[in-house]
Amino acid sequence: MSTDFDLDRPWQVDPRVSMRPEPFGALLYHFGTRRLSFLKNQRVLAVVRSLGDCPTARAACEAAGVRPAELPAYARALSVLAESNMITERSGL
Amino acid sequence: MTVTHEAHQSPGAAPKLTDLFQRGLDAPICLTWELTYACNLSCVHCLSSSGRRDPRELTTDECKAVIDTLQRMQVFYVNIGGGEPTVRPDFWELVDYATAHHVGVKFSTNGVKLDAAAAARLAASDYVDVQISLDGATREVNDAVRGPGAYDTAMRAMGHLRAAGFEGFKLSVVMTRHNIPQLDAFKEIADRFGAQLRITRLRPSGRGADTWDELHPLPSQQRELYDWLVAHGEDVLTGDSFFHLSPYGSALPGLNMCGAGRVVCLIDPVGDVYACPFAIHSEFLAGNVRDRGGFETVWRCSPLFASLREPDTGGACRSCGFYDSCRGGCMAAKFFTGLPLDGPDPECVQGHGSAALASVSGAVPKSSEDHSHRTSPRSSGPVPVTIGRRRPPVHDCDESPLAGFTA
Amino acid sequence: MAPEASAGEYEPEELTGDELLVEEVSIDGMCGVY
Repeated sequence: MSTDFDLDRPWQVDPRVSMRPEPFGALLYHFGTRRLSFLKNQRVLAVVRSLGDCPTARAACEAAGVRPAELPAYARALSVLAESNMITERSGL
Repeated sequence: MTVTHEAHQSPGAAPKLTDLFQRGLDAPICLTWELTYACNLSCVHCLSSSGRRDPRELTTDECKAVIDTLQRMQVFYVNIGGGEPTVRPDFWELVDYATAHHVGVKFSTNGVKLDAAAAARLAASDYVDVQISLDGATREVNDAVRGPGAYDTAMRAMGHLRAAGFEGFKLSVVMTRHNIPQLDAFKEIADRFGAQLRITRLRPSGRGADTWDELHPLPSQQRELYDWLVAHGEDVLTGDSFFHLSPYGSALPGLNMCGAGRVVCLIDPVGDVYACPFAIHSEFLAGNVRDRGGFETVWRCSPLFASLREPDTGGACRSCGFYDSCRGGCMAAKFFTGLPLDGPDPECVQGHGSAALASVSGAVPKSSEDHSHRTSPRSSGPVPVTIGRRRPPVHDCDESPLAGFTA
Repeated sequence: MAPEASAGEYEPEELTGDELLVEEVSIDGMCGVY
């Protein structure tokens, strides 16, 4: 698992991903790769949902109420999603 | 990908994935949809006892209504099977309708209609995956189970897929006593055609109940199978069907749990909704898509599914140290061998299943639906497996799916 | 086992950094489909 996820870049959910909220978080299915990811709480879902609207992933975390002490855990989560192409860097702003 | 399990739960920690899935989701993640009971083959272990079309099959419009529901529920994926789904005249229309409505499709086929044109069409689509069924790496082993010509049909279909540039289609094998020695050969075949190998567990379901005694793996072969899977990691898919082998070592990739009625289910050709395709029996019938409220209501409100989503206490397996990884094995395997559902799997690697089977007396449950071709009737005892079985004759009045069809 | 929160929402009080927030499953990794 990559630990060098860049929180200070703009990110977005890949357009081929279908997001399905669940009581405990959300399911993400990528129609291109046929991979499935499970977000295990509402806050990480809120982060992922706001990625496309925020200038950086860090801003998306802050907007979702992620506390500074929790940022590493959320960065790790985002890097897992990036590795499986669920989220991709946005080009430009 | 491998699901990692937390060693312990601290208060406020994110919940274990399997615990969440066991409680059931608001919609399946994916499901099996048997489009027709019609089939050109008569495989001796067919889980759905297919062969003859059922006159009550869902119409094209009814199928489209199901797809609309799946889209609304955001079911990501349907595994279309049967019988042989491609013998339905509206097969391509339904596949196109599904993908146009954001429901991914993988269909399972013996290859009979997968010609060059079909392969080209599939290679051009991003949202349709194909799974070719083959149960022997040689004609001899395969055709003993799937009938004469089946091996050649599958090979021909895979050749078309490779020629069309369709990489990564699935070669799906049901593991039996006779083909476990061919695991490396299956991998070679998959590699040769640019396919991904998928091996799954034989269950005593449908006609599989009649041939279970001759076909199910021997205990030593289960160990061989497990070791082979560990050696091949995630190169080889399993449909999470071997979690009953987990006690041999670390868990295999996958959820390692029964998804029936929780994250997956079956829709059969007449619209009946079962917990899973290996459990076609009234005991596991949740409802019908033609009922008021359709599939969505069945999934959410069925008392059967509600009971499957209750926490699993383990029953007689609770005292076993391996229960956490093997989960008591396969519900369908237990049911159709006459074992109680709250006890060991018939193929329990600790041997608890064999002990339990010794106590089973009298008749065991049989599948509720039998659409076998009339010339190969189900018997109450084991059916001897021979090479060169006679194919059923094709006449219009036979309701044969291939009346008039030339291969 | 962590307690269920109300209204279907599940929020951890504070994460120490060890817990996994994202897990991946193969679409072929659930039992009961072809």
